[in-house]
Amino acid sequence: MGCGTSSKKGNKSKKVIKAALVIQNWYRRYRARLRVRQHYALAIFQSIEYSDEQGQMQLSSFFSFMLENYTKTNNEDSALVTRIFDNTRRESQIKDRDDFLGLIEVPDSYDGPRLQFPLTFTDIHILLQAFKQQQILHAHYVLEVLFEARKVLKQMPNFSHVKTFPAKEITICGDLHGKLDDLMLIFYKNGLPSENNPYVFNGDFVDRGNNSMEILMILLVCFLVYPSDLHLNRGNHEDFMMNLRYGFTKEILQKYKLHGRKILQVLEEVYTWLPIGTIIDNEILVIHGGISESTDLNTLHQLQRNKMKSVLMPPVLGNQETGEKRNKSASNYVEPRKVEPDKTPSEDLTKQEWEQIVDILWSDPRGKKGCYPNTSRGGGCYFGPDVTSKVLSKNQLKMLIRSHECKPDGYEVSHDGKVITVFSASNYYEEGSNRGAYIRLSYGTMPQFFQYQVTSTSCLNPLHQRMNAMESSAFKILKEKMISRKTDLINAFELRDHSRSGRISLAEWAFSMENILGLNLPWRSLSSHLVTIDSSGSVDYMSSFDDIRIEKPTKDMKSNLTETMYRYRSDLKIIFNIIDSDQSGLISMDEFRTMWKLFNAHYKAHIDDSQIDELASIVDFNKDGNIDFNEFLKAFYVVHKYDKPGTSLA
Amino acid sequence: MAEERDAEGTEALIAELHKKIKDAFEVFDHESNNTVDVREIGTIIRSLGCCPTEGELHDFIAEIEEEEPTGYIRFEKFIPVMTRALVERRYRPAAEDILLRAFEVLDPAKRGFLTKDELVKYMTEEGEPFSQEEMEEMLSAAIDPESNTINYRDYITMMVVDEN
Repeated sequence: MGCGTSSKKGNKSKKVIKAALVIQNWYRRYRARLRVRQHYALAIFQSIEYSDEQGQMQLSSFFSFMLENYTKTNNEDSALVTRIFDNTRRESQIKDRDDFLGLIEVPDSYDGPRLQFPLTFTDIHILLQAFKQQQILHAHYVLEVLFEARKVLKQMPNFSHVKTFPAKEITICGDLHGKLDDLMLIFYKNGLPSENNPYVFNGDFVDRGNNSMEILMILLVCFLVYPSDLHLNRGNHEDFMMNLRYGFTKEILQKYKLHGRKILQVLEEVYTWLPIGTIIDNEILVIHGGISESTDLNTLHQLQRNKMKSVLMPPVLGNQETGEKRNKSASNYVEPRKVEPDKTPSEDLTKQEWEQIVDILWSDPRGKKGCYPNTSRGGGCYFGPDVTSKVLSKNQLKMLIRSHECKPDGYEVSHDGKVITVFSASNYYEEGSNRGAYIRLSYGTMPQFFQYQVTSTSCLNPLHQRMNAMESSAFKILKEKMISRKTDLINAFELRDHSRSGRISLAEWAFSMENILGLNLPWRSLSSHLVTIDSSGSVDYMSSFDDIRIEKPTKDMKSNLTETMYRYRSDLKIIFNIIDSDQSGLISMDEFRTMWKLFNAHYKAHIDDSQIDELASIVDFNKDGNIDFNEFLKAFYVVHKYDKPGTSLA
Repeated sequence: MAEERDAEGTEALIAELHKKIKDAFEVFDHESNNTVDVREIGTIIRSLGCCPTEGELHDFIAEIEEEEPTGYIRFEKFIPVMTRALVERRYRPAAEDILLRAFEVLDPAKRGFLTKDELVKYMTEEGEPFSQEEMEEMLSAAIDPESNTINYRDYITMMVVDEN
């Protein structure tokens, strides 16, 4: 394309058109590549998130396994297991609020927000102002709010019923996950809750973000001030065991060093009283996750929702109900709390009731017809458009509004308009990952969607810079996944590397990655970020591990043990927390060993007894027979070669 | 490379291409039912390294759409046409120096930059005009807010670095 020096007007114009075309064409391709990179990063974040949740569900089956097999263990072990179960199933003998609150005083020197009961809209403003300035609400008020909320929530049915007819509009928000900026933005754009401005918050207020406590407090206070106009639905993260894994418990213990444990205790119960869902105008069902083909609203209306303590605590099964093979040597088989098939003891739901709730909190809609176990998350199911039609029409409903899944645009309509997903935590995975949204509904009109994206003031960066940041974050966590399976991955690669050249084809590499990690990702497209590929297209499979390693407490620890510890650290943390009945942060060496044996058997972690003994003596730092498990787990973390010290994710 | 592997070689190549296309397609298959919104087709094709003009894209879509357009494109229809495009190396992108010359055509005075108004005028009035969204995005990345101009050499360098 040269430059004509003496061109006629027509020629010049043609040149201009051509030039414009080249630029536009190039830009469109550039933009498309950016969008695809964004999608890849999102796919990585999402698949790892779900695989994590799967880990949580696996833990649930581990507890069931322990219970079923405990009779095989010797006396000491069974004592441990009993203790574990007594702890997890401890009757919520929540002391009277006076017992709790009487012990906690608010000092005069406290300059944070002070609430006055009974709460009014003034208290809402006080809280919002205080939280904007990053103040922390005193434990005394936190507990007061929790006790009050428990009192009011207890009176409510399993489903809140709301009418918008004739002239009210209602706003529905999805997952917030501790992101206070998003809640503030919603209130700014859409107004504070009031009798004329009702809201439904559809679960997952907590975990992951840094301000789960603040969000919870704002929502509960608004609820107490406007109980008929502020509706809260339980999400799968309103579960004390999920909080152990996903950050809320840590946030509470950090912000409330003195009274955190009390708060956790009361919170545990408050969660169980949150309604399962909201029904608007008798035609729109709002629930956190989704449905299954067996969803039965009658059952859901009648069951005692507060018995659903945690997704990790399924009801104890009697002989007849479990599908698993029972141990043949059952001669002195002693069953702990046996459940007769037709009767439920006062502390448990039936298996069916429990599954119904899990489906509501964990399921995801998909395009494929039918109902399949939700293998990504490990709980609930995938439900197709036929299931939606059937369940909605059976219950004379028109639409399902749910949350639970992060969407790039903050919302998504599926199943021919019968299912809407709304997600309100913008930048959920990373700055720039997605927008948040909320819905405004009124009777007889189409739902209106409002989108937003919180941007930190330092981050008014152009798209490509935000993209780079998000992308590198995604690949970082993907590499951490890889290193946690390093031994298994290398075995798989070597199986295909017959000549021991250190190289295999891209297809073989992609296949191994998918197989071992269990993540459904576009491996070929991602390969250039993860591994070195030479000019002939072969993958140097060891190159992934060049710049990353797992730190370990001692040099001689074998790598497969290190990897296993690192991989299961979240599960171990939860288990240890439960064993630690006096919440001292310490468990005994014997308990540690026993727990490991059971863990090993269930997870098939291939760690032999001698390694455990060795490990136990290593982690008994003080040589006093006790293990500080928080210290222990902190010892395993990933080091990225090019990170500044202190920035790696533990 | 042993000779007997040549025939298998092509098959293997096609198989790899298919996998690559499938990966790119699946990223936008939100409902996991082997269809994507037709508006994403351009993005998918471009992510595979092709650079069709809007006109070429339009023709491509016409070839793979249903008889009665549904707004969705099915994978079975997409893959043969996309494979052919890749094998025949269609829609190759212009080289970097061509891009530079294009900017220079729009900047006959050779200042080294275009003003915001000039760029907007050219991009939204000539060639295959940008939508408002496309224009805003390009400006946000390209423009120097103080002078309200685009230094196109720097811009090209940035875009090219990002590609890699």
